[in-house]
Amino acid sequence: MVTIYERKPHESRNGLSRRELLKRGGVGALLVISGSAVISPEHAWGLETAALKPETMATLIQVARDTYPHDQVPDKYYAVAVKGHDEMAAKDPAHKDLIEKGIAELDKKAGAGGYRGLGWEEQRVTLLKDIENSSFFQTVRGGLVVSLYNQKELWPIFGYEGESYSKGGYIARGFNDIEWL
Amino acid sequence: MAAPFDLKNDDVVVIVGSGAGGGTLGNELAQKGIDVVILEAGARHEYEDFINDEWDSFAQLAWKDKRTTSGDWRVAKDFPNLPAWIVKSVGGSTTHWAGASLRFQEHEFKTLSTYGKLEGANLLDWPVTLAEMEPYYAKAEAKMGVTGTNNWPRLPGNNNFKVLKAGADKLGYKECHTGNMAINSVERDDRNSCQQTGFCFQGCKWGAKWSTLYTEIPKGEATGHLEVRPNAMVIKINHDASGKVTGVVYADKDGKLQEQKARIVAVAGNSIESPRLLLNSESSKFPHGLANSSGQVGKNYMRHTTGSVYAIFDKPVHMYRGTTMAGIIRDEARHDPSRGFVGGYEFETLSLGLPFMAAFLNPGGWGRSFTTALDRYDHMAGLWIVGEDMPREENRITLHKDEKDEHGMPIADVHFDDHPNDTAMRNHAYKQATALYDAVGATRSFPTPPYPSTHNLGTNRMSEKAEDGVVNKHGQAHDIKNLFVSDGSQFTTGAAENPTLTIVSLAIRQADYIAAQMSAKTI
Repeated sequence: MVTIYERKPHESRNGLSRRELLKRGGVGALLVISGSAVISPEHAWGLETAALKPETMATLIQVARDTYPHDQVPDKYYAVAVKGHDEMAAKDPAHKDLIEKGIAELDKKAGAGGYRGLGWEEQRVTLLKDIENSSFFQTVRGGLVVSLYNQKELWPIFGYEGESYSKGGYIARGFNDIEWL
Repeated sequence: MAAPFDLKNDDVVVIVGSGAGGGTLGNELAQKGIDVVILEAGARHEYEDFINDEWDSFAQLAWKDKRTTSGDWRVAKDFPNLPAWIVKSVGGSTTHWAGASLRFQEHEFKTLSTYGKLEGANLLDWPVTLAEMEPYYAKAEAKMGVTGTNNWPRLPGNNNFKVLKAGADKLGYKECHTGNMAINSVERDDRNSCQQTGFCFQGCKWGAKWSTLYTEIPKGEATGHLEVRPNAMVIKINHDASGKVTGVVYADKDGKLQEQKARIVAVAGNSIESPRLLLNSESSKFPHGLANSSGQVGKNYMRHTTGSVYAIFDKPVHMYRGTTMAGIIRDEARHDPSRGFVGGYEFETLSLGLPFMAAFLNPGGWGRSFTTALDRYDHMAGLWIVGEDMPREENRITLHKDEKDEHGMPIADVHFDDHPNDTAMRNHAYKQATALYDAVGATRSFPTPPYPSTHNLGTNRMSEKAEDGVVNKHGQAHDIKNLFVSDGSQFTTGAAENPTLTIVSLAIRQADYIAAQMSAKTI
């Protein structure tokens, strides 16, 4: 099972101090691996993996962000968007293979520090461009179109208000409120 | 109340499909006291069941059965198994449509005479003129409550319309307004007026937008002469030794095959399913499918020359608030070959929610160029291009050679290549729309490729002569007297206008003809 769980800031898991987590986290120190979990100490959430290696999941989250980068969207939403791959990997060995090998290849191409060790988005995107037509990338990218942008919690960040019938539509709520024309 | 008719009752008119064509024809016949069974492939969802959520609604209403595609259109690459965005539900695509209700222009019924022969295009004049259609257009507008007709006020303009109008004024366009919409601008016909909710494509939860689901169908049912049988997928039309059709075979809700006998069969399953059904009804007497002595069944598939332009501004727009298709510019709809193409196109505002914008803005796109567009989603305005595309014999619906659906019926393949005229028109429209938004201060514009087709037309074309097409001017098969086509597949050519008003007008006219022929005992 993949679970996303909320954590209190600065609370460590498995006795790891926040400092320890940061140390283990590598270059960006944004996502850290602990046991079978990917943890974001800064933003107080964690994700447990069932089939994929937690390192793979952490890299997959970075790939998701590099594919559809929105600087105002926290990592948590990218984690939710890719967690389906862990669920699928648990059911389908071929899918597990596709994701593990895809990530391993990216890490290999990235050199010593791996994909997540590349500091600039441009460096990572260059690697993604190279594999743009691969079934690995297309599977991840295609899935994200729905799994990222169909998260209702994320819509307000983009100024999309979603369902409106229960509020009586927009007839009295600004359907024609534009003022700058 | 709905009248259940016996499977063996061979006095009934069987209509395949309950959308703009089938639903209207069914009610019109029922009002005349003629017994009708409508077989609808989809389930029945009433309007309170509709969902204000793009993907959930798509799952509820869309025709998702697998189809295959080929040709140079981008849909074949990005959505290879979803060539069309249409509906499988009672009410058909009238649940999903935007509501734009425009009459065709006079010359659009006479394209071969007006445009002349065009290489690679199978142009033909309709066997009907605008003058013949006008009384039926008037009846359809009255039935549907079209704004800007019959003294019904036009809808108020939303933010997306206001941006369009400001740009239209700057460019000097003269005919820009909030359209002729089959959406109640005032309460009428026991239905609400538009509440500017913004989910027109997901089915109007207020019932303000005309759909056969809650207008024609219940009115027909109330006569006791109409039965709508949902979850009934018709797979074959049967005929007797003389060549007259005698009934249809359909898979019921449990997948069990049933035969419904019929005096008359009218096919209205939209322009992919209707030819698929005729082709699949081949027999030793009709080895190329029913009504296909001309070889035209499935050919001349048209989808309108479409595309969208979205643009970002430095200040908010909130285009998704209010009527999805909230306004129109008609100036480019004229035929003016000096622009480098024949025929014309309309600009109509359009909005997608964030989930569908992500899926359709630039399918396959990724990276910052793509995501910075979505970052300004609430600063976006948008419009849709809908123009006349050229009928081509090569653009066609065929039965897949190997793949079959769960009922054993071959799935449909949809082949489409743009004609050079289509490409020239689309490029002209992209340029004009970009200039329009630039004139209002857009900081970036996005010429967006056509979506999976919503306007599917022409695959059982109407023609004066039997050798040129599938049906006559009343939608009656040239080859088989008691077989009719009642949807947009009978269109000879596509015109620049959204097709529903013309489909409804043709259905009203066809009902008069069928009733007269039944009285005269010719069918």
